[in-house]
Amino acid sequence: MSIAEDAPPRKTGFRFERWAPLILLVGAFVIYVGIALATDQAQYLTFDNLIAILGRSIALGITAIGQTFVILVASIDLSVASLISATAVLASVVMDGSPAMIVPAVLAAVALGGVVGVTNGLVVSGLKVNPLIATLGMSLIIQGCLSAFVSNFAGEVPEAFQVFAYGEVGPFPLALLFLAAMAVIAWAVLKFTKFGSDMYAVGGNEEAARFAGIKTGRIVVLSHVICSVCAAIAGLYLASRLRSGAPWIGSDGVYDLESIAVVVIGGTVLAGGRGGIWGTMAGMLIFSLIDSVFNIAGVDSFAKQVLRGIIIVAAVAFYAIRSKRIVA
Amino acid sequence: MTDRPDTQNAKRRLPQINPVWILLAALIVAIIFMNPGFVEPTGYMNFLKRAAPLAILAAGQVYVITSGGFDLSVGSLITLVVVGSSMLTNNDPTATYWVIPVMLGIGLGVGALNGLIVCFLRVPSLIATLGMMITLNGVAFLWSGGAPRGYLPDTFRFFGRELIRDVPLVRFIPISVIVLVVVVGLFAWLMHRTNLGRHVHAIGDNPVAARLAGVAVNRVRVTAFMLSGLSGAIAGILLGGFAGVSTDVGTGYELQAITAAVLGGAQLLGGRGSVPAAVGGALALTAIFTLLNFLGLPQPVRQVVQGLILIAAVALAMHRRKQTGT
Amino acid sequence: MKHFLMATGALALSLAPLHAQNFDDPEEFAKQQEQLQAEPMGPEGQPWLQHIGDGMVETADLGIEGPATVCFSNAGVNNPWRVVGYTNMTEEVENHDSIAEFIHVDAEGSDDKQIADIDDLLAGGDCDVMIVSPNTTAALTPAVERACEAMPVIVFDRGVNTDCPVTFVHPVGGYGFGIQGAEFIAENVEEGADVLMLRILPGVDVLETRYSAGRRILDEAGLNIVGAEFTDGDNAKTKSIVEDYLMRGNIDAVWMDAGATAVAAIEAFEDSGYEIPVFVGEDQQDFLRKWQDEGLTAIAPTYPTFQWRTAVIAAARVIEGEALPGPEWVLPQPAITQDNLDEYVNPAMPPLHYAMCGCEDMANYPGAWGGN
Repeated sequence: MSIAEDAPPRKTGFRFERWAPLILLVGAFVIYVGIALATDQAQYLTFDNLIAILGRSIALGITAIGQTFVILVASIDLSVASLISATAVLASVVMDGSPAMIVPAVLAAVALGGVVGVTNGLVVSGLKVNPLIATLGMSLIIQGCLSAFVSNFAGEVPEAFQVFAYGEVGPFPLALLFLAAMAVIAWAVLKFTKFGSDMYAVGGNEEAARFAGIKTGRIVVLSHVICSVCAAIAGLYLASRLRSGAPWIGSDGVYDLESIAVVVIGGTVLAGGRGGIWGTMAGMLIFSLIDSVFNIAGVDSFAKQVLRGIIIVAAVAFYAIRSKRIVA
Repeated sequence: MTDRPDTQNAKRRLPQINPVWILLAALIVAIIFMNPGFVEPTGYMNFLKRAAPLAILAAGQVYVITSGGFDLSVGSLITLVVVGSSMLTNNDPTATYWVIPVMLGIGLGVGALNGLIVCFLRVPSLIATLGMMITLNGVAFLWSGGAPRGYLPDTFRFFGRELIRDVPLVRFIPISVIVLVVVVGLFAWLMHRTNLGRHVHAIGDNPVAARLAGVAVNRVRVTAFMLSGLSGAIAGILLGGFAGVSTDVGTGYELQAITAAVLGGAQLLGGRGSVPAAVGGALALTAIFTLLNFLGLPQPVRQVVQGLILIAAVALAMHRRKQTGT
Repeated sequence: MKHFLMATGALALSLAPLHAQNFDDPEEFAKQQEQLQAEPMGPEGQPWLQHIGDGMVETADLGIEGPATVCFSNAGVNNPWRVVGYTNMTEEVENHDSIAEFIHVDAEGSDDKQIADIDDLLAGGDCDVMIVSPNTTAALTPAVERACEAMPVIVFDRGVNTDCPVTFVHPVGGYGFGIQGAEFIAENVEEGADVLMLRILPGVDVLETRYSAGRRILDEAGLNIVGAEFTDGDNAKTKSIVEDYLMRGNIDAVWMDAGATAVAAIEAFEDSGYEIPVFVGEDQQDFLRKWQDEGLTAIAPTYPTFQWRTAVIAAARVIEGEALPGPEWVLPQPAITQDNLDEYVNPAMPPLHYAMCGCEDMANYPGAWGGN
């Protein structure tokens, strides 16, 4: 907190927000190294182990990239968890062990993501339903449809598709490189395209953006599509990792609330218009590091929950405390 | 929901009926049609008894929503109250008289903490209460070592379980229904007959304007969270009383409470909300579950219906608002 | 609408695998029915050391030297059954000098997390033996296979689809549980009696098999099943469901696939002013106490938590190079009946304590389990 107090207001304030996720990340890393050394478990500091930490939360990372887009336009998506379950099950059922069906299955999952995204976007921007309610409702609908048909692991992912989660390129897991590539693309979209700058405009002030001639509805729908497609990809990844899909994998992983927490810890503002992908990636790494710290320190699993709750609030307070706005 | 009278043409002077009451009436007619036993006291009293915890939660939640926030922590708070009460009473029936005030105090304290985090650490309430939800769940487990250590004595369970028998007209009244009426009455009075209620509306509508108008924004917001916390503690006492100790009593109640408030026309992000209508929303939600139950529909269908109704209710409210220009 | 179409598509496509997933396997049913009757081998009065069937595996050639580090990847301690089991486990570790260190990682009920946990342990945990309690069978199989390549692995509770672990510790199983309860009902009510079946949630294999076995026996006995409802393991919901059934008709017996909400179901009868019917619960203290106080006609099949002890014992034997039952270590699965109820009721223990813990003779009993 002392950093926040030391920093002079105004100009550097902007800078601080920019670097805050990195400061938090470095802090988490220092704690990790400290705990590993303090508990005399230096074996946790090897390269292999750091890669394992990076690979801990791939699904969360992919989902959070999508979540960043909707939060940037001042929307939110609570339906990602059930969508992850739905796409994982759909993909695994379509593949059903046959390598020939990989492409159709991937297309089906992404298409399902697209449909859900368009619907979410239209309900939010067209019917003006509060996004929290719209996507909560959507989440219930997806989960209901899904559990009406499947109640356990269904279908099977062929060996060839398991490469997605288990393949390695040199020392790096394939999925990790995939996540990195997705982050780079997302960053480029936000930074260099008109769509990207429009998103910041819509999130910052929707009225103003509309007067500036931006088709705000279209931007909101598109960001929801991106979010849902990301969730669909996360579902594919989990199907590959678990070798099948089950209707509870999304909700068990709490990907809805965790992805929102990751995005916010990464410095993207819930009110929209400010933030970015690298913060989200930092947020994801912070989550992975926290998990690993808990594991190597042998923290009791109930104490873990208490600490995690406090950390989420404290991390967000770390930047929010300096804002003069009244928050929702 | 489709038979909404066209309010546009005439009768602009007449107070509009909140659609949640029409929805509730329709649902109750449908339930009676499905199960004529519902008109018997056992039917509707059991219904009210079941709806009481959610209705009380909704009455508290509507304060937070009207002031422009969310409270996701009430579900875990319920769990904490039930587990904590079983730890503190430790099978001693005489402990109830001090355990209940302690629990109400915990509810108020949790609410105050939520409010302070939102107001002074400037953490958005969604995240603040999400963190609180995770933390409280952990605290409940940490306190009890994973499973509650004691039974809830009958004196504690009195509020959620017992009935007053031999009442004229209705034969019996569950204590929880009396609690419901008292709490809702109090919350409604605070919201609609006092300055506090006006201030809650004002800061939800426009916090900056409210502050300029001399409203103590932070104090009112913290109070709103405290009332929500209080309602969570009361709901926990009723649920623990109704069903006894368990470790996941409160799961899912936070979203149901928000749903109920929204069904009652509360506007997310603030400025509009009514305690009686939120209670109506809670009753309507419970009625939907009851009806689907009577229809023998499986859980998945219930989820889909709940989702559709949620979206439809808000879409309709937005539509009405656009038409009436408010 | 579009989702509905998609979902229908998913249904059409999923019909085939759904059939493949069989929770009503007559062979497995018959096997478990036999195992319930079998005389277990091993020391009498210590069921956690007993085993049904005589397969043994040698461990001397695994080349582990004690004292060694045992790592445990736990699916979670997210319900009282797992809390009691985990306490059994940590207390059992104290009994073994050959276990120098016991590392516990908790996946909090998530498959994805448990896979990551196992990978973490493999990357840097310095483990000599690993114990895994899988969150789900199919999802954890690859992770367990990787662990097997590095060290001896012991799996318990739910299994994995590979025979690479040294042994898989488990009690008789879900069919056995279903059989014990349903047979008791069939013996204690008239033909044509009304039975309500209460279930926790669909899709969990151990619960599905309990239900299919229970249903099979109730059907064969010519009983009338008035309904099979999911309670989500929620007391309030259970009580409401039973109240609704009582408003609509008669109930002569209640069968449950898990006893966590049994007392709430009993209270629904009490509060509505009905006689408590024949009941199937589980070995939780609150149910056993209610049973004793009210003089119920009841049975408590168990899914014994003492298997958590057995997993540690198996790990210790691996370190010591002793033979142990394998590739499956099938533990007995005793039911609590009127005859032995008094042995298990213990008012000093917490209400949600599972009585069939085999922990009464352990050093820190009852304190470590929350008893007075």
